Amino acid sequence: MSGVALDPKTAPTFPMAAKVLVGDTQMRKNVRHATDIIQAKRARVVGEMPDWQELRETGRRVREHTMKFLDVYLEEFERKCTAAGGVVHWAKDADEARQIVIGLVKASGSHEVIKIKSMTTEEIQLNKALEGAGITPYETDLAELIIQLGGDQPSHIVVPALHKNRQQIREIFKREMNLPNLGDTPQDLADAARLFLRKKFLTVKTGVSGANFLIAETGGVCVVESEGNGRMCLTLPETLITIAGIDKVVPRLADLEVLLQLLPRSATGERMNPYNSIWNGVDPRGVDGPKAFHIVLMDNARTKVLEDSEGRQTLNCIRCGACQNACPVYRQTGGHAYGSVYAGPIGAILTPQLQEMHYAQTLPYASSLCGACYEVCPVKINIPEVLVHLRNRVVEQKGFFDPEAAAMKTVGMIFRSERRFRAAQRFGRMAETPLVDKDGWIGWLPGLLGGWTQVRDLREMPKETFRDWWEKRGGAS
Amino acid sequence: MGEAWGCVVNASTASRELMLGRIRTANAAAGAGAGNAAEEWAAIPREYRRTSTLGREAVLELLEDRLRDYDAHVLRVASEGVAAAVLGMLGERGRTRMLAAPGVTAAWLPEGFAFAVDDGLSVESIDRFEGVMTESTLAIAETGTIVLQTVPGQGRRAVSLVPDYHLCLVRASAVVATVPEAMDVLATRPAFATTFISGPSATADIEMTRIKGVHGPRFLDVLLVMDDVARSA
Ligand code: SF4
Repeated sequence: MSGVALDPKTAPTFPMAAKVLVGDTQMRKNVRHATDIIQAKRARVVGEMPDWQELRETGRRVREHTMKFLDVYLEEFERKCTAAGGVVHWAKDADEARQIVIGLVKASGSHEVIKIKSMTTEEIQLNKALEGAGITPYETDLAELIIQLGGDQPSHIVVPALHKNRQQIREIFKREMNLPNLGDTPQDLADAARLFLRKKFLTVKTGVSGANFLIAETGGVCVVESEGNGRMCLTLPETLITIAGIDKVVPRLADLEVLLQLLPRSATGERMNPYNSIWNGVDPRGVDGPKAFHIVLMDNARTKVLEDSEGRQTLNCIRCGACQNACPVYRQTGGHAYGSVYAGPIGAILTPQLQEMHYAQTLPYASSLCGACYEVCPVKINIPEVLVHLRNRVVEQKGFFDPEAAAMKTVGMIFRSERRFRAAQRFGRMAETPLVDKDGWIGWLPGLLGGWTQVRDLREMPKETFRDWWEKRGGAS
Repeated sequence: MGEAWGCVVNASTASRELMLGRIRTANAAAGAGAGNAAEEWAAIPREYRRTSTLGREAVLELLEDRLRDYDAHVLRVASEGVAAAVLGMLGERGRTRMLAAPGVTAAWLPEGFAFAVDDGLSVESIDRFEGVMTESTLAIAETGTIVLQTVPGQGRRAVSLVPDYHLCLVRASAVVATVPEAMDVLATRPAFATTFISGPSATADIEMTRIKGVHGPRFLDVLLVMDDVARSA
């Protein structure tokens, strides 16, 4: 994957990429190790919150409400941010966003920029565009630095380098930072990064950041991070350029009381991440932070997603990555198989929609529909529902005579009726009988379904469905 | 460059109209019709906890516990004993070249210890100090968070970031239990740049091992100033 940008337009399809990556046992081990740890931490700190479900519900409602009044809140944000001395730019697509940023960096008189991790800039492949315009971007987040120096690509939206272990990181640093005697403890590696970047932080005059939240009420911007590299990029340069998808807006400062509880616990299993920064425009007294602040509000197909009454909940995402960590498919394939910077369940629904369904059509199938992602999502995005909805859209685009189309239509018809669903379950138990081995496993499935059993075995269907069992217990009252 | 600049601004204005138009059309198409934003925002259910049932002392203990859990060092000190405690802390840490945020309560600065005061130093100069002392706006017990703003006593954001060591004074009277309580306070003074700090700078990017101080301060000490003795009794 090295060096090749994750671009849904050119990436191999998910099944092709996954087949290769599933063979990379080191990567799978690294991914499983990292996601196991984050999940355990998340479970512990979520367990501390007796009102977690209430927070999730309010989180969902706030996000839905924001999308319903997105125009109102964006205009309010623009007004308040401008009043605070910021300059607001609007970009309809990736190309325009890149042009605006390049123009601003050039106007700032800089040939270098320091960057804080931003999936939005990855989405529009900003680094490549900056380099093309003669500007050198320095990634300052430790993980992003590992990826930049290694010519690699991010594989997780919160922990982008989780597919690398420390020996691999050490090799990259030894080579790229010219440190032949570098130790291999995590502390050695972090110290090397600190030294490597310190000078850049203190001298580069222009910073580029993403944003976690834009606050309409105050025109403020909130960035959440843990290393302090974000604070360096946001406060030390003379010019700060922030790029945010239009979906990042929240109505009021008070809404952060919900989102700042949901996000860190879901993302890294922390009660609060080490640093949150909130700022409004530029300091009127000129003593703190950049002298010039620009923010680029980017559409890049988000308004298209908004149009779709079922798909639009995707925009409620606050990019915590919890769904990735919980996803059995992601845990096997890692992030690169998704062919996009947004991997895991959120990537499976976001990427095809941002591509207006022209690319990444296999992604809605990159899920077992087990529902684990829905369960952990802090704003209750029903990812399985959106996946099924997108599968239908893929099928529609491919046309009626596609064999998958026929299968999906049948499945859709079955799922829509409880009676038909039960009949299908009974039929399934009969039909599978010749395929089940004596231990109750199915090693292969015939025809189209064969692709699925090539890489895994399937348990036979239970003799009794949950519903049957529940009703027998007299539970269906 | 002036030319190119002009183009950028024009394109942006056209895109603004286009994007807002698309949002309105999209919301209409998805059946998210008109309504009153303020009214509907006020109607969003908020059943989560705003406050905690813990008593005052328990809240302070929770803060200490959570700060320690995040690798910060914390010490309680009576109002009269702050300067002495500061001196002791600096001795323990072996720090001599210290910076103070302008406007730090004078009585809290120990005599015989020379603090430099940030009066618009360059960042390179700030980088030469071994540590910084600041006050704070408030602290949140449940999350082990201290909150700083760009106001007297707390300084600009760079001073609490660039030096390797941060000594922060927190008034016990400004400790709240929950995040919503903190946001209530901050909503009354939203114009100042605000930084939430939970422990020293840290990362878990390498094999999910928590490592201190990648780019920010590696050491955080908190002095909890017991200024509300009556309430904490
Ligand atoms: S979809 Fe939900 S769980 Fe996944 S990244 Fe977004 S907010 Fe987090």
